[in-house]
Amino acid sequence: MATKIRVESLSAWYGEKLAIQGITMEIEDHMVTAVIGPSGCGKSTLIRCLNRMHETIPKASVEGKVLLEGEDIYASSAVSVRRRIGMVFQKANPFPTMSIYDNVAAGLRLNGVRNRDELDKAVLESLKQAALWDEVKDSLDKSGASLSGGQQQRLCIARALAVKPEVLLMDEPCSALDPIATAKIEDLIFDLKKDFALVVVTHNMQQAARVSETTAFMYLGKLIEVNNTRELFERPREALTESYITGRFG
Amino acid sequence: MHFFRWTRGKGRGISTDTLGESLFQWFSTLIALGVVGVLVLIAIVLFFEAEASIRAFGWSFLGGTVWNPQPPLLFGALPFVYGTLVTSALALLLGVPISLGIAIFLSELAPPWIRIPLTYVVELLAAVPSVVYGLWGIFVLAPVMRTAIEPVIQGTFGFLPLFQGTPIGLDKFSAGVILAIMIIPTISSVSREAFLAVPDSQREAALSLGATRWETTRVAVLRYARAGIFGAVILGLGRAVGETMAVTMTIGNKNVISVSLFDQGQTIASWIANNFTEAETPLELSAFIELGLVLMLMSLIINIFARLMVARVLRQGEGAA
Amino acid sequence: MKVAFDRDTRRHWIDLAMSIAALACVVIAIIPLGSILIEASLRGLQSLSPALLTSTTGQGGIGNAIQGTLILILLSALVSLPVGILTGIYLAEFGKNRLGAGVRFFVEVMTQVPSMVVGIFIYSLVLELGLIGFGSPRLVFSTISGVLALSTIMVPFVARTSEEALRLVPIAVRESSLALGIPRYRTILRVVVPSASSALVTGGLLGIARVAGETAPLLVTAFGNNDWFRGLDQPIESLPHTIYIWATGPYVAQNQAAWGVSLVLVLMMLGLSIVSRVVIRLRSVSR
Repeated sequence: MATKIRVESLSAWYGEKLAIQGITMEIEDHMVTAVIGPSGCGKSTLIRCLNRMHETIPKASVEGKVLLEGEDIYASSAVSVRRRIGMVFQKANPFPTMSIYDNVAAGLRLNGVRNRDELDKAVLESLKQAALWDEVKDSLDKSGASLSGGQQQRLCIARALAVKPEVLLMDEPCSALDPIATAKIEDLIFDLKKDFALVVVTHNMQQAARVSETTAFMYLGKLIEVNNTRELFERPREALTESYITGRFG
Repeated sequence: MHFFRWTRGKGRGISTDTLGESLFQWFSTLIALGVVGVLVLIAIVLFFEAEASIRAFGWSFLGGTVWNPQPPLLFGALPFVYGTLVTSALALLLGVPISLGIAIFLSELAPPWIRIPLTYVVELLAAVPSVVYGLWGIFVLAPVMRTAIEPVIQGTFGFLPLFQGTPIGLDKFSAGVILAIMIIPTISSVSREAFLAVPDSQREAALSLGATRWETTRVAVLRYARAGIFGAVILGLGRAVGETMAVTMTIGNKNVISVSLFDQGQTIASWIANNFTEAETPLELSAFIELGLVLMLMSLIINIFARLMVARVLRQGEGAA
Repeated sequence: MKVAFDRDTRRHWIDLAMSIAALACVVIAIIPLGSILIEASLRGLQSLSPALLTSTTGQGGIGNAIQGTLILILLSALVSLPVGILTGIYLAEFGKNRLGAGVRFFVEVMTQVPSMVVGIFIYSLVLELGLIGFGSPRLVFSTISGVLALSTIMVPFVARTSEEALRLVPIAVRESSLALGIPRYRTILRVVVPSASSALVTGGLLGIARVAGETAPLLVTAFGNNDWFRGLDQPIESLPHTIYIWATGPYVAQNQAAWGVSLVLVLMMLGLSIVSRVVIRLRSVSR
C-alpha cells in the first residue's frame, strides 16, 4: 500500500506547553490508522496538525514536517490543505441554520460549484457514501440540526466527503453516540477505506481493534509504538503499550 | 435552593421570617414596583394631556401636514413622522454595515492584544453627549457636507430626486449621518455579543472544509447569529428614533416633506425640542404631547421587539445544536 | 480532485479584501471620535479662561452653568441612587419569580424611553399637580422639575447596573452568611452589597455621567437661567443647555466658546469615569 501521509519529527505546542513531541509515522492509503492512548496523550493534537486545524488555536505552534504525497502541507495554504484532508469532529457540528442538502453542499459551494445538477449529484453521492441517503432522501430541506445524534454525525461525514478529500481524519467520532449509531459508523469506516486513507482517534481500544489495520499508541505526547493492529494488541513491543491495553492505566 | 424561597405552611421548613426580613423584602419590592409604576404613570399622564388633541383630530393627526398655531387651530404630525423615518432609515443604511464590519473585526479578525483597547474606543463613541455631536455636526460635518461630500454625490447621482436641490449642509442627510455614528456603538456591541455566542465548533466545521476566514465568518458565524444581528439593528433603530439634540441641530428645522435628502426637515423629537415651550394654546400643547406619545409608542414597540429577538438568540445559544 | 488554482487565489483575494473592509469600518467609526476630541481641544482651549469659569452666562461665562449641572446631578443622584440600587437589590435578590421577570422587563423598557418624552412627561406632571394644588404650575420650569426628569432617566439605568453588580457576587458568599444564622436582609445589606460596592459605585457614577450630558429633557424642565442658582423653584442653567444655546446662536464668538463648554463637560464626565476607576482600584487594594 502507498504511503499517503508521512509525519516527520512533528512537535506541537499550545503556547509554552509542549503537547506532542517528535512524532514520526506513516499513514497508508486505503487503510484505517487508529490512534489510541489515555486522555491528554496528544492524539487529538496530532490529527489536528495533519489538517492544520491546530494553528487555529491562538498561540499554537508546530515544528517538523507533514508530507501529503511528498508535499509539505505547511508550505502551501491551509485552505487548500483542508480541502484535501477532511475532518470529522467528536461532537457533530452541522450548520443548524442550513438544510441537510445545504449542509452537504456547503463545502462545494465554497469552492464555487453553482450548477444545481452537479450539486444534486454530489449531495446524493456523499449521503449514500455516508449511509444516510435512505433515511433523509425525502427530507433534504429539513434543518441539519433536526436529526438524531448519530444521523448528525453521518451528515457531517457526508459534508466532509462531498469535497472529495484524499484523507479523512476522525477525532473520536463515536464517543458521543450510542452503540447502535456507533456500529453504523464503524461499518461506514470499513466502507470508506476503499476510497480514502482514514485516521481515527479513539479512546476505545476495542473499536481500534475492530476497524483499523494500523494502530499507533501515544502516551504523554510521544508516539510509543505503531504497528499492524493485530501485532500491537497481541504482541506489543513496549511495556507501556502492554500496560495500557491490558487496562493497567488510562 | 430553598434559601431563596419563603417556606410556606406545608413544608417542613424552619420559618426564617423575622420582622426585619419581611419588611426589607416588602420595602424593596415596593420600590421596584414604584419604578415600574412611573412607566405606567408616563403613559397615563401623556394620554391624559394628549386627549384634547386626540379628540380634536383623531387619526387625521398622523396624516396632517399643517401645524397652525393660529386659528383655525390645525395640527398634523406627518412632516415629523416622515423626518423621523427618513433620518432613521438613513442612519441604519449607513450605520449597520459599518457596525457589522466593526463587530466582525473585533470578534473574528483582530489580534487579541488590540481587542480590548479598540472595543473601549468604539464604546467611547457612546459616551459623547448628543449635544456635542450636534455642535460637531454644525461646525465640522455640515461644512464638509456642503462643500465636499454633497456636491460630489450630486455630481454622480444628481439625476435621482433623492439628491437634488441646493446642498446647505444642515439637512436630512447630515442628520442621518450623525445618527448613524451615534448608533454604531449599540449595533456593534450587541452584534459582537451575538458573534461570541456562536460556538467555536461551527467555525471549525467551516474551516475544516477548507473555507477562508471570511468564508468561515459568512457561512458559520453570520448565518448562525442572524437573529441576534437583526435584534441589534432594531435596537439601533430604537435609539435613532428617539435621538433629539444632535438631530435638532443638524436637520435644518423646516416642517417640510420633501424627497431630497439634501433638503431640510424635522423629526418628532426635534420639533418638540424646538417649539414645545412656544406652544400658544392648550390645544397646541396637547398636540405636542400627542406627538410625544406617538414617539414613545414608536420607540417602545421597536425596543420591545428588539429585546424579544435578542433574548431568543441568547437562549438559543445556550441550548445550541 | 484538485481545485483550480485561479479559483483559490480569487478566494484569497476576497478574504484579504474583506479583512481590509472590516478594518476600514473600524477606522471610519473612529474618525468622528477623533475629530470631536481634536476640535474640542483645539477650539475649546482657546476660549477657556478663568473669567469664563467664574462669570454667569448673562455675563458671557459659564460659572452658573457648571454650578447648575453640579446641583442637578447631585440632587438627581441623591434621589436616584438609593431608589435605583434598591430596585437592583430587589431584582437580584428577590426577583427570580415571574413578578421579578416582569419588573426587569419594564425597567429595561424604561431605559429606552426617549429623553425628550421624559421631559414633556415631567412638564405635564408638574403642571397638573400644580393646578390641583401640589406645588404650583410655575414649577414646570425649575430645578425640582429638572431633577425629577433626570432622576426618571437615571433610576432604570442604575437599577440595571446594580442588578448586574449584585449578580456578580457568588452565591457562596450569601450561603456562608446565611449558614452563620445571619438573617437574609442583613446578609444582603451587610455582606452582599458591600462586596459588590465597587461595581455599584461604577454603575452609579456612569449613570451620573450619562445624565450630566442630557439636554433634551432640561429644555422643558430646568429651562435655563442667566444667573447663579436662585432656588429649587427657579429655572436653572446647565452645561449641555449652554452648549446648545451658544452653538445655535448668531454670535461667532459664542459658537467658538461652545467648544470650550463641551470640553468642560467632557472633562467632567471623564473625571467621573476616572473617579470610579480609582474607587475600584482602592477597593481591590484594601482587600
